[in-house]
Amino acid sequence: MHKVNVIWTFLKIGILNELAYRVNFYVQIFQSAVSLAQALLGVYVVFLHTETLGDWRSYDLLALIGVFVIIGGAISIVIRPSMSQLMTDVRRGTLDYTLTKPADAQFLISISQFRIWKATDFVLGVIVLSYALYKKGMDVGIADAATFGLVLLSGAATIYSFFLILSTISFWYIKVENILNIFDAMVQAGRWPIGIYPHWLRFVLTFIVPVAFAITVPARALTGRLDSESLTAALLVAAGMLIASRLFWRWGLRHYSGASA
Amino acid sequence: MIAIYWAYLKTTIALQFQYRVALAIWMIGGLLEPTIYCVVWSTVALARGGDVGGYDAGGFASYYIVLMVVNMWTFTWIMHEMGYRVQHGELSAMLLKPIHPIHSDIADNIGYKTLTLCVLIPSAAVLCFLFNPTFDLEVINVLLFVFSLVLAYLLRFFVEWALSLVAFWTTRTDAVNQMYFFFGLFLSGRIAPLDLLPAWARAVADALPFKWSVAFPVELLLGRLDRAQITHGFLMQAFWVVIGFVIVKFVWRRGIRRYSAVGS
Repeated sequence: MHKVNVIWTFLKIGILNELAYRVNFYVQIFQSAVSLAQALLGVYVVFLHTETLGDWRSYDLLALIGVFVIIGGAISIVIRPSMSQLMTDVRRGTLDYTLTKPADAQFLISISQFRIWKATDFVLGVIVLSYALYKKGMDVGIADAATFGLVLLSGAATIYSFFLILSTISFWYIKVENILNIFDAMVQAGRWPIGIYPHWLRFVLTFIVPVAFAITVPARALTGRLDSESLTAALLVAAGMLIASRLFWRWGLRHYSGASA
Repeated sequence: MIAIYWAYLKTTIALQFQYRVALAIWMIGGLLEPTIYCVVWSTVALARGGDVGGYDAGGFASYYIVLMVVNMWTFTWIMHEMGYRVQHGELSAMLLKPIHPIHSDIADNIGYKTLTLCVLIPSAAVLCFLFNPTFDLEVINVLLFVFSLVLAYLLRFFVEWALSLVAFWTTRTDAVNQMYFFFGLFLSGRIAPLDLLPAWARAVADALPFKWSVAFPVELLLGRLDRAQITHGFLMQAFWVVIGFVIVKFVWRRGIRRYSAVGS
Protein backbone atom coordinates (compact mmCIF):
# COMPACT_ATOMS: atom_id res chain seq x y z
CA MET A 1 0.00 0.00 0.00
CA HIS A 2 2.84 2.29 0.88
CA LYS A 3 4.41 1.64 -2.54
CA VAL A 4 1.20 2.58 -4.32
CA ASN A 5 1.25 5.85 -2.41
CA VAL A 6 4.82 6.55 -3.46
CA ILE A 7 4.06 5.77 -7.11
CA TRP A 8 1.02 8.04 -6.96
CA THR A 9 3.13 10.86 -5.51
CA PHE A 10 5.75 10.60 -8.23
CA LEU A 11 3.03 10.38 -10.86
CA LYS A 12 1.44 13.52 -9.47
CA ILE A 13 4.76 15.37 -9.57
CA GLY A 14 5.22 14.20 -13.14
CA ILE A 15 1.76 15.43 -14.12
CA LEU A 16 2.29 18.79 -12.44
CA ASN A 17 5.65 19.20 -14.14
CA GLU A 18 4.27 18.46 -17.55
CA LEU A 19 1.17 20.58 -17.11
CA ALA A 20 3.50 23.56 -16.97
CA TYR A 21 4.35 22.86 -20.62
CA ARG A 22 0.99 22.36 -22.25
CA VAL A 23 2.13 23.13 -25.76
CA ASN A 24 4.34 20.07 -25.43
CA PHE A 25 1.17 18.01 -25.42
CA TYR A 26 0.38 19.07 -28.98
CA VAL A 27 3.98 18.65 -30.06
CA GLN A 28 3.88 15.18 -28.55
CA ILE A 29 0.64 14.24 -30.32
CA PHE A 30 2.22 15.37 -33.54
CA GLN A 31 5.41 13.39 -32.92
CA SER A 32 3.57 10.25 -31.88
CA ALA A 33 1.36 10.49 -34.95
CA VAL A 34 4.37 10.90 -37.22
CA SER A 35 6.17 7.89 -35.82
CA LEU A 36 3.03 5.80 -36.01
CA ALA A 37 2.50 6.92 -39.61
CA GLN A 38 6.06 5.88 -40.31
CA ALA A 39 5.47 2.38 -38.97
CA LEU A 40 2.12 1.99 -40.76
CA LEU A 41 3.38 3.26 -44.10
CA GLY A 42 6.31 0.86 -43.89
CA VAL A 43 3.92 -2.06 -43.48
CA TYR A 44 1.66 -0.65 -46.20
CA VAL A 45 4.50 -0.56 -48.71
CA VAL A 46 5.53 -4.11 -47.88
CA PHE A 47 1.99 -5.43 -48.22
CA LEU A 48 1.58 -3.74 -51.57
CA HIS A 49 3.84 -6.48 -52.82
CA THR A 50 2.97 -9.52 -50.77
CA GLU A 51 0.18 -11.24 -48.88
CA THR A 52 2.27 -12.63 -46.05
CA LEU A 53 5.54 -11.83 -44.38
CA GLY A 54 6.84 -15.01 -42.85
CA ASP A 55 3.59 -16.44 -41.47
CA TRP A 56 2.18 -13.00 -40.69
CA ARG A 57 -0.71 -11.55 -42.66
CA SER A 58 -1.27 -7.81 -42.85
CA TYR A 59 -3.60 -7.48 -39.86
CA ASP A 60 -1.35 -9.69 -37.74
CA LEU A 61 1.44 -7.30 -38.52
CA LEU A 62 -0.79 -4.35 -37.68
CA ALA A 63 -1.41 -5.94 -34.28
CA LEU A 64 2.34 -6.36 -33.92
CA ILE A 65 2.79 -2.64 -34.57
CA GLY A 66 0.15 -1.92 -31.95
CA VAL A 67 2.13 -3.93 -29.39
CA PHE A 68 5.34 -2.28 -30.56
CA VAL A 69 3.88 1.19 -29.98
CA ILE A 70 2.42 0.20 -26.59
CA ILE A 71 5.73 -1.19 -25.32
CA GLY A 72 7.52 1.83 -26.80
CA GLY A 73 5.06 4.03 -24.88
CA ALA A 74 5.80 2.25 -21.62
CA ILE A 75 9.51 2.75 -22.25
CA SER A 76 9.21 6.45 -22.98
CA ILE A 77 6.65 7.27 -20.28
CA VAL A 78 8.60 5.97 -17.32
CA ILE A 79 11.44 3.53 -17.98
CA ARG A 80 13.70 5.58 -20.21
CA PRO A 81 13.37 8.96 -18.40
CA SER A 82 13.85 7.35 -14.99
CA MET A 83 16.94 5.49 -16.13
CA SER A 84 18.34 8.66 -17.72
CA GLN A 85 17.78 10.40 -14.42
CA LEU A 86 19.60 7.58 -12.64
CA MET A 87 22.63 8.00 -14.88
CA THR A 88 22.67 11.74 -14.28
CA ASP A 89 22.37 11.18 -10.53
CA VAL A 90 25.25 8.73 -10.54
CA ARG A 91 27.40 11.14 -12.51
CA ARG A 92 26.65 14.09 -10.28
CA GLY A 93 26.55 12.23 -7.00
CA THR A 94 22.97 13.29 -6.41
CA LEU A 95 21.93 9.68 -6.02
CA ASP A 96 22.80 10.27 -2.36
CA TYR A 97 19.43 11.92 -1.87
CA THR A 98 17.62 8.85 -3.15
CA LEU A 99 19.69 6.41 -1.13
CA THR A 100 18.99 8.19 2.12
CA LYS A 101 15.23 7.92 1.67
CA PRO A 102 13.46 5.25 3.71
CA ALA A 103 12.30 3.14 0.77
CA ASP A 104 13.85 0.61 -1.56
CA ALA A 105 16.31 2.48 -3.78
CA GLN A 106 15.67 0.38 -6.89
CA PHE A 107 11.99 1.06 -6.54
CA LEU A 108 12.53 4.80 -6.15
CA ILE A 109 14.86 5.20 -9.11
CA SER A 110 12.59 3.12 -11.34
CA ILE A 111 9.65 5.48 -10.99
CA SER A 112 11.44 8.78 -10.45
CA GLN A 113 10.28 10.36 -13.72
CA PHE A 114 6.96 10.26 -15.52
CA ARG A 115 6.52 11.85 -18.93
CA ILE A 116 2.76 11.77 -19.12
CA TRP A 117 2.46 13.39 -22.54
CA LYS A 118 4.15 10.31 -23.94
CA ALA A 119 0.98 8.48 -23.02
CA THR A 120 -0.21 9.51 -26.49
CA ASP A 121 1.95 6.66 -27.82
CA PHE A 122 0.25 4.27 -25.48
CA VAL A 123 -3.23 5.37 -26.54
CA LEU A 124 -2.37 5.23 -30.24
CA GLY A 125 -0.95 1.74 -29.74
CA VAL A 126 -4.16 0.53 -28.13
CA ILE A 127 -6.20 2.03 -30.97
CA VAL A 128 -4.07 0.36 -33.64
CA LEU A 129 -4.20 -2.95 -31.81
CA SER A 130 -7.99 -2.82 -31.41
CA TYR A 131 -8.47 -1.89 -35.03
CA ALA A 132 -6.25 -4.76 -36.17
CA LEU A 133 -8.20 -7.25 -34.09
CA TYR A 134 -11.50 -5.87 -35.29
CA LYS A 135 -10.41 -6.12 -38.91
CA LYS A 136 -9.17 -9.63 -38.40
CA GLY A 137 -12.68 -10.36 -37.22
CA MET A 138 -11.13 -12.06 -34.25
CA ASP A 139 -13.16 -12.97 -31.29
CA VAL A 140 -10.65 -12.53 -28.52
CA GLY A 141 -11.78 -14.79 -25.71
CA ILE A 142 -11.11 -14.11 -22.05
CA ALA A 143 -8.38 -16.74 -22.05
CA ASP A 144 -6.57 -15.12 -24.99
CA ALA A 145 -6.89 -11.69 -23.45
CA ALA A 146 -5.56 -12.94 -20.14
CA THR A 147 -2.61 -14.65 -21.82
CA PHE A 148 -1.93 -11.48 -23.77
CA GLY A 149 -2.01 -9.36 -20.62
CA LEU A 150 0.33 -11.79 -18.93
CA VAL A 151 2.91 -11.91 -21.72
CA LEU A 152 2.67 -8.17 -22.26
CA LEU A 153 3.41 -7.58 -18.60
CA SER A 154 6.26 -10.05 -18.61
CA GLY A 155 7.56 -8.42 -21.79
CA ALA A 156 7.51 -5.05 -20.09
CA ALA A 157 9.27 -6.58 -17.08
CA THR A 158 11.95 -8.03 -19.34
CA ILE A 159 12.53 -4.70 -21.06
CA TYR A 160 12.60 -2.89 -17.72
CA SER A 161 15.18 -5.31 -16.31
CA PHE A 162 17.28 -4.95 -19.40
CA PHE A 163 17.22 -1.15 -19.05
CA LEU A 164 18.10 -1.41 -15.37
CA ILE A 165 21.09 -3.62 -16.14
CA LEU A 166 22.34 -1.18 -18.79
CA SER A 167 21.88 1.78 -16.48
CA THR A 168 23.58 0.04 -13.59
CA ILE A 169 26.72 -0.15 -15.71
CA SER A 170 26.96 3.60 -15.13
CA PHE A 171 28.30 2.86 -11.64
CA TRP A 172 31.53 1.74 -13.36
CA TYR A 173 31.50 3.67 -16.64
CA ILE A 174 30.04 7.13 -16.54
CA LYS A 175 29.25 7.44 -20.24
CA VAL A 176 26.80 4.67 -20.94
CA GLU A 177 24.00 6.89 -22.20
CA ASN A 178 25.22 5.95 -25.66
CA ILE A 179 24.47 2.30 -25.05
CA LEU A 180 20.82 3.22 -24.77
CA ASN A 181 21.07 4.47 -28.35
CA ILE A 182 22.00 0.99 -29.54
CA PHE A 183 19.04 -0.30 -27.65
CA ASP A 184 16.75 2.16 -29.45
CA ALA A 185 18.05 0.94 -32.78
CA MET A 186 17.55 -2.67 -31.71
CA VAL A 187 13.98 -2.03 -30.63
CA GLN A 188 13.24 -0.80 -34.16
CA ALA A 189 13.95 -4.33 -35.31
CA GLY A 190 11.00 -5.45 -33.17
CA ARG A 191 8.62 -3.68 -35.50
CA TRP A 192 8.88 -6.69 -37.78
CA PRO A 193 8.31 -10.31 -36.77
CA ILE A 194 11.48 -11.76 -35.27
CA GLY A 195 11.00 -14.95 -37.28
CA ILE A 196 12.04 -13.36 -40.57
CA TYR A 197 15.53 -12.42 -39.40
CA PRO A 198 18.57 -14.62 -40.03
CA HIS A 199 19.68 -16.85 -37.15
CA TRP A 200 22.38 -14.61 -35.74
CA LEU A 201 20.12 -11.57 -35.59
CA ARG A 202 17.25 -13.60 -34.15
CA PHE A 203 19.61 -14.84 -31.47
CA VAL A 204 20.68 -11.27 -30.63
CA LEU A 205 17.10 -10.04 -30.53
CA THR A 206 15.97 -12.90 -28.33
CA PHE A 207 18.75 -13.42 -25.84
CA ILE A 208 20.95 -10.33 -25.85
CA VAL A 209 18.40 -7.57 -26.45
CA PRO A 210 15.12 -9.23 -25.47
CA VAL A 211 12.95 -7.58 -28.11
CA ALA A 212 11.40 -10.89 -29.15
CA PHE A 213 9.86 -11.58 -25.75
CA ALA A 214 8.63 -8.04 -25.33
CA ILE A 215 6.95 -7.52 -28.70
CA THR A 216 6.68 -10.55 -30.97
CA VAL A 217 5.48 -12.98 -28.29
CA PRO A 218 2.62 -10.78 -27.00
CA ALA A 219 1.49 -10.07 -30.56
CA ARG A 220 1.46 -13.79 -31.27
CA ALA A 221 -0.59 -14.38 -28.13
CA LEU A 222 -3.25 -11.97 -29.27
CA THR A 223 -3.46 -13.27 -32.80
CA GLY A 224 -3.95 -16.74 -31.35
CA ARG A 225 -0.69 -18.23 -32.53
CA LEU A 226 1.33 -18.69 -29.39
CA ASP A 227 2.67 -22.14 -28.55
CA SER A 228 3.06 -23.11 -24.92
CA GLU A 229 6.87 -23.26 -25.17
CA SER A 230 7.09 -19.59 -26.11
CA LEU A 231 4.68 -18.72 -23.35
CA THR A 232 6.72 -20.57 -20.74
CA ALA A 233 9.94 -19.11 -22.11
CA ALA A 234 8.56 -15.55 -21.97
CA LEU A 235 7.51 -15.97 -18.35
CA LEU A 236 10.76 -17.64 -17.34
CA VAL A 237 12.86 -15.00 -19.07
CA ALA A 238 10.91 -12.21 -17.37
CA ALA A 239 11.35 -13.80 -13.93
CA GLY A 240 15.02 -14.50 -14.59
CA MET A 241 15.69 -10.99 -15.86
CA LEU A 242 13.95 -9.41 -12.88
CA ILE A 243 16.08 -11.41 -10.46
CA ALA A 244 19.29 -10.90 -12.43
CA SER A 245 18.79 -7.14 -12.74
CA ARG A 246 18.00 -6.88 -9.04
CA LEU A 247 21.21 -8.70 -8.10
CA PHE A 248 23.26 -6.68 -10.57
CA TRP A 249 21.78 -3.44 -9.27
CA ARG A 250 22.72 -4.30 -5.68
CA TRP A 251 26.20 -5.26 -6.74
CA GLY A 252 26.55 -2.00 -8.69
CA LEU A 253 25.26 0.04 -5.81
CA ARG A 254 28.14 -1.18 -3.68
CA HIS A 255 30.49 0.52 -6.13
CA TYR A 256 28.78 3.84 -5.72
CA SER A 257 30.78 6.30 -3.71
CA GLY A 258 28.88 9.54 -4.31
CA ALA A 259 30.84 11.44 -6.94
CA SER A 260 30.51 14.89 -5.42
CA ALA A 261 30.17 14.02 -1.77
CA MET B 1 41.28 29.03 -46.86
CA ILE B 2 42.94 25.64 -47.21
CA ALA B 3 45.00 26.33 -44.09
CA ILE B 4 41.83 27.14 -42.16
CA TYR B 5 40.12 23.98 -43.33
CA TRP B 6 43.18 21.95 -42.42
CA ALA B 7 43.21 23.40 -38.92
CA TYR B 8 39.48 22.69 -38.47
CA LEU B 9 39.92 19.16 -39.79
CA LYS B 10 42.72 18.36 -37.39
CA THR B 11 40.69 19.64 -34.44
CA THR B 12 37.64 17.60 -35.42
CA ILE B 13 39.59 14.41 -35.86
CA ALA B 14 41.37 14.88 -32.55
CA LEU B 15 38.06 15.69 -30.87
CA GLN B 16 36.10 12.80 -32.34
CA PHE B 17 38.90 10.42 -31.57
CA GLN B 18 38.07 11.00 -27.92
CA TYR B 19 34.63 9.55 -28.53
CA ARG B 20 35.58 6.30 -30.22
CA VAL B 21 32.99 4.27 -28.40
CA ALA B 22 30.22 6.72 -29.23
CA LEU B 23 31.34 6.53 -32.85
CA ALA B 24 31.18 2.75 -32.87
CA ILE B 25 27.75 2.82 -31.27
CA TRP B 26 26.36 5.21 -33.85
CA MET B 27 27.71 2.93 -36.53
CA ILE B 28 25.92 -0.08 -35.09
CA GLY B 29 22.70 1.91 -35.20
CA GLY B 30 23.41 2.90 -38.78
CA LEU B 31 24.06 -0.71 -39.71
CA LEU B 32 20.88 -2.06 -38.22
CA GLU B 33 18.38 -0.10 -40.27
CA PRO B 34 19.58 -1.27 -43.70
CA THR B 35 19.95 -4.79 -42.29
CA ILE B 36 16.33 -4.83 -41.12
CA TYR B 37 14.89 -3.60 -44.40
CA CYS B 38 17.18 -5.82 -46.40
CA VAL B 39 15.82 -8.82 -44.48
CA VAL B 40 12.20 -7.68 -44.79
CA TRP B 41 12.45 -7.22 -48.54
CA SER B 42 14.42 -10.41 -49.13
CA THR B 43 11.66 -12.26 -47.29
CA VAL B 44 9.07 -10.65 -49.54
CA ALA B 45 11.13 -11.54 -52.62
CA LEU B 46 11.36 -15.16 -51.52
CA ALA B 47 7.63 -15.33 -50.82
CA ARG B 48 6.96 -14.04 -54.33
CA GLY B 49 9.16 -16.66 -55.93
CA GLY B 50 12.39 -14.70 -55.88
CA ASP B 51 11.69 -11.28 -57.33
CA VAL B 52 10.03 -7.97 -56.42
CA GLY B 53 10.19 -4.98 -58.73
CA GLY B 54 13.36 -6.24 -60.39
CA TYR B 55 15.17 -7.01 -57.15
CA ASP B 56 15.94 -10.51 -55.93
CA ALA B 57 17.48 -11.31 -52.53
CA GLY B 58 21.00 -10.58 -53.80
CA GLY B 59 19.74 -7.41 -55.46
CA PHE B 60 18.25 -6.14 -52.22
CA ALA B 61 21.46 -6.97 -50.40
CA SER B 62 23.60 -4.95 -52.81
CA TYR B 63 21.01 -2.13 -52.81
CA TYR B 64 21.00 -1.81 -49.05
CA ILE B 65 24.77 -2.11 -48.66
CA VAL B 66 25.38 0.69 -51.16
CA LEU B 67 22.53 2.68 -49.61
CA MET B 68 24.17 2.41 -46.20
CA VAL B 69 27.45 3.71 -47.59
CA VAL B 70 25.79 6.61 -49.43
CA ASN B 71 23.62 7.51 -46.47
CA MET B 72 26.50 7.43 -44.01
CA TRP B 73 28.65 9.41 -46.38
CA THR B 74 26.12 12.17 -46.98
CA PHE B 75 24.38 12.52 -43.63
CA THR B 76 24.71 15.63 -41.48
CA TRP B 77 23.71 16.38 -37.92
CA ILE B 78 23.39 20.11 -38.42
CA MET B 79 19.62 20.17 -37.96
CA HIS B 80 20.04 18.98 -34.37
CA GLU B 81 23.07 21.11 -33.79
CA MET B 82 21.72 24.45 -34.98
CA GLY B 83 18.75 24.37 -32.63
CA TYR B 84 21.12 23.80 -29.74
CA ARG B 85 23.47 26.55 -30.86
CA VAL B 86 20.72 29.13 -31.13
CA GLN B 87 18.93 28.13 -27.94
CA HIS B 88 22.06 28.07 -25.82
CA GLY B 89 23.65 31.12 -27.36
CA GLU B 90 26.62 29.08 -28.56
CA LEU B 91 26.38 30.74 -31.91
CA SER B 92 27.70 33.98 -30.46
CA ALA B 93 31.26 32.70 -30.23
CA MET B 94 31.06 31.38 -33.79
CA LEU B 95 29.84 34.74 -35.07
CA LEU B 96 32.85 36.47 -33.59
CA LYS B 97 35.18 34.57 -35.87
CA PRO B 98 35.94 36.34 -39.13
CA ILE B 99 34.71 33.40 -41.17
CA HIS B 100 31.26 32.04 -42.00
CA PRO B 101 30.37 29.20 -39.59
CA ILE B 102 29.39 26.96 -42.48
CA HIS B 103 33.09 26.43 -43.19
CA SER B 104 33.74 24.97 -39.77
CA ASP B 105 30.69 22.75 -40.24
CA ILE B 106 31.90 21.46 -43.58
CA ALA B 107 35.36 20.75 -42.18
CA ASP B 108 33.77 19.13 -39.14
CA ASN B 109 31.62 16.94 -41.30
CA ILE B 110 34.49 15.86 -43.53
CA GLY B 111 36.69 15.14 -40.52
CA TYR B 112 34.01 13.01 -38.96
CA LYS B 113 33.37 11.15 -42.20
CA THR B 114 37.07 10.41 -42.56
CA LEU B 115 36.99 8.70 -39.21
CA THR B 116 33.76 6.83 -39.86
CA LEU B 117 35.27 5.43 -43.06
CA CYS B 118 37.47 3.25 -40.85
CA VAL B 119 34.31 1.68 -39.46
CA LEU B 120 32.13 1.96 -42.55
CA ILE B 121 34.29 -0.16 -44.82
CA PRO B 122 34.56 -3.10 -42.41
CA SER B 123 30.80 -2.93 -41.74
CA ALA B 124 30.04 -2.99 -45.45
CA ALA B 125 32.36 -5.99 -45.73
CA VAL B 126 30.55 -7.77 -42.90
CA LEU B 127 27.20 -7.12 -44.56
CA CYS B 128 28.57 -8.48 -47.85
CA PHE B 129 29.64 -11.62 -46.03
CA LEU B 130 26.26 -12.04 -44.33
CA PHE B 131 23.93 -11.32 -47.23
CA ASN B 132 25.69 -12.42 -50.44
CA PRO B 133 24.95 -9.37 -52.57
CA THR B 134 25.13 -9.55 -56.35
CA PHE B 135 27.20 -6.74 -57.78
CA ASP B 136 27.32 -6.16 -61.50
CA LEU B 137 29.41 -3.02 -61.77
CA GLU B 138 30.54 -1.18 -64.85
CA VAL B 139 33.53 1.16 -64.84
CA ILE B 140 31.57 4.08 -66.25
CA ASN B 141 28.90 3.71 -63.56
CA VAL B 142 31.52 3.62 -60.83
CA LEU B 143 33.05 6.87 -62.11
CA LEU B 144 29.67 8.56 -62.41
CA PHE B 145 28.80 7.26 -58.95
CA VAL B 146 31.81 8.99 -57.40
CA PHE B 147 30.81 12.21 -59.11
CA SER B 148 27.17 11.91 -58.00
CA LEU B 149 28.33 11.16 -54.47
CA VAL B 150 30.16 14.49 -54.30
CA LEU B 151 27.07 16.30 -55.57
CA ALA B 152 24.85 14.36 -53.18
CA TYR B 153 27.08 15.36 -50.30
CA LEU B 154 26.91 19.06 -51.22
CA LEU B 155 23.18 18.83 -51.87
CA ARG B 156 22.35 17.32 -48.53
CA PHE B 157 24.72 19.61 -46.72
CA PHE B 158 23.30 22.83 -48.15
CA VAL B 159 19.67 21.76 -47.94
CA GLU B 160 19.95 20.59 -44.34
CA TRP B 161 22.01 23.60 -43.35
CA ALA B 162 19.36 25.83 -44.92
CA LEU B 163 16.57 24.00 -43.08
CA SER B 164 18.42 24.18 -39.80
CA LEU B 165 18.12 27.96 -39.97
CA VAL B 166 14.48 27.50 -38.93
CA ALA B 167 16.00 27.56 -35.43
CA PHE B 168 16.23 31.36 -35.66
CA TRP B 169 12.46 31.63 -35.90
CA THR B 170 11.25 28.83 -33.66
CA THR B 171 12.75 27.10 -30.66
CA ARG B 172 10.80 23.94 -31.41
CA THR B 173 13.00 22.53 -34.11
CA ASP B 174 12.20 18.95 -33.06
CA ALA B 175 8.91 18.89 -34.92
CA VAL B 176 10.48 20.27 -38.11
CA ASN B 177 13.33 17.79 -37.87
CA GLN B 178 11.01 14.88 -37.32
CA MET B 179 8.95 15.74 -40.39
CA TYR B 180 12.11 16.02 -42.42
CA PHE B 181 13.36 12.63 -41.27
CA PHE B 182 9.97 11.10 -41.86
CA PHE B 183 9.98 12.19 -45.50
CA GLY B 184 13.63 11.29 -45.81
CA LEU B 185 13.00 7.76 -44.65
CA PHE B 186 10.47 7.06 -47.39
CA LEU B 187 11.58 9.29 -50.21
CA SER B 188 15.30 8.63 -50.12
CA GLY B 189 14.76 4.91 -50.61
CA ARG B 190 15.53 3.66 -47.12
CA ILE B 191 12.23 1.95 -46.35
CA ALA B 192 12.09 0.43 -49.80
CA PRO B 193 13.76 1.00 -53.15
CA LEU B 194 11.76 3.81 -54.77
CA ASP B 195 10.58 1.51 -57.58
CA LEU B 196 8.52 -0.36 -55.02
CA LEU B 197 6.62 2.69 -53.82
CA PRO B 198 3.21 3.54 -55.31
CA ALA B 199 3.26 5.91 -58.29
CA TRP B 200 2.11 8.98 -56.39
CA ALA B 201 4.90 8.57 -53.84
CA ARG B 202 7.42 8.22 -56.64
CA ALA B 203 6.15 11.48 -58.15
CA VAL B 204 6.61 13.24 -54.80
CA ALA B 205 10.09 11.76 -54.49
CA ASP B 206 11.04 13.14 -57.91
CA ALA B 207 10.08 16.64 -56.84
CA LEU B 208 11.89 16.72 -53.49
CA PRO B 209 15.63 16.62 -52.74
CA PHE B 210 15.72 13.32 -50.78
CA LYS B 211 15.84 11.01 -53.75
CA TRP B 212 18.65 12.89 -55.39
CA SER B 213 20.88 12.82 -52.34
CA VAL B 214 20.60 9.10 -51.59
CA ALA B 215 18.60 6.84 -53.90
CA PHE B 216 19.94 8.29 -57.14
CA PRO B 217 23.65 7.54 -56.52
CA VAL B 218 22.72 4.03 -55.31
CA GLU B 219 20.66 3.13 -58.36
CA LEU B 220 23.26 4.71 -60.59
CA LEU B 221 26.03 2.50 -59.23
CA LEU B 222 23.91 -0.62 -59.45
CA GLY B 223 23.27 0.06 -63.14
CA ARG B 224 19.50 0.47 -62.77
CA LEU B 225 19.28 3.76 -64.64
CA ASP B 226 19.40 4.46 -68.35
CA ARG B 227 21.21 7.36 -69.89
CA ALA B 228 18.30 9.81 -69.85
CA GLN B 229 17.59 9.07 -66.19
CA ILE B 230 21.24 9.60 -65.31
CA THR B 231 21.37 13.00 -67.06
CA HIS B 232 18.10 14.01 -65.42
CA GLY B 233 19.46 12.93 -62.04
CA PHE B 234 22.60 14.98 -62.33
CA LEU B 235 20.57 18.02 -63.37
CA MET B 236 18.28 17.59 -60.37
CA GLN B 237 21.28 17.26 -58.08
CA ALA B 238 22.80 20.46 -59.46
CA PHE B 239 19.43 22.18 -59.17
CA TRP B 240 19.07 21.35 -55.48
CA VAL B 241 22.67 22.25 -54.70
CA VAL B 242 22.01 25.70 -56.15
CA ILE B 243 18.67 26.08 -54.34
CA GLY B 244 20.23 25.06 -51.04
CA PHE B 245 23.15 27.39 -51.55
CA VAL B 246 20.92 30.37 -52.37
CA ILE B 247 18.69 29.76 -49.34
CA VAL B 248 21.71 29.49 -47.05
CA LYS B 249 23.08 32.72 -48.44
CA PHE B 250 19.92 34.79 -48.03
CA VAL B 251 18.20 33.24 -45.03
CA TRP B 252 21.37 33.20 -42.97
CA ARG B 253 21.64 36.97 -43.15
CA ARG B 254 18.06 37.53 -42.09
CA GLY B 255 18.33 34.91 -39.36
CA ILE B 256 21.38 36.54 -37.86
CA ARG B 257 19.42 39.74 -37.48
CA ARG B 258 16.78 37.86 -35.49
CA TYR B 259 19.34 36.17 -33.30
CA SER B 260 19.35 37.48 -29.76
CA ALA B 261 21.93 35.17 -28.18
CA VAL B 262 19.74 33.56 -25.56
CA GLY B 263 21.64 32.30 -22.59
CA SER B 264 24.84 34.20 -23.02
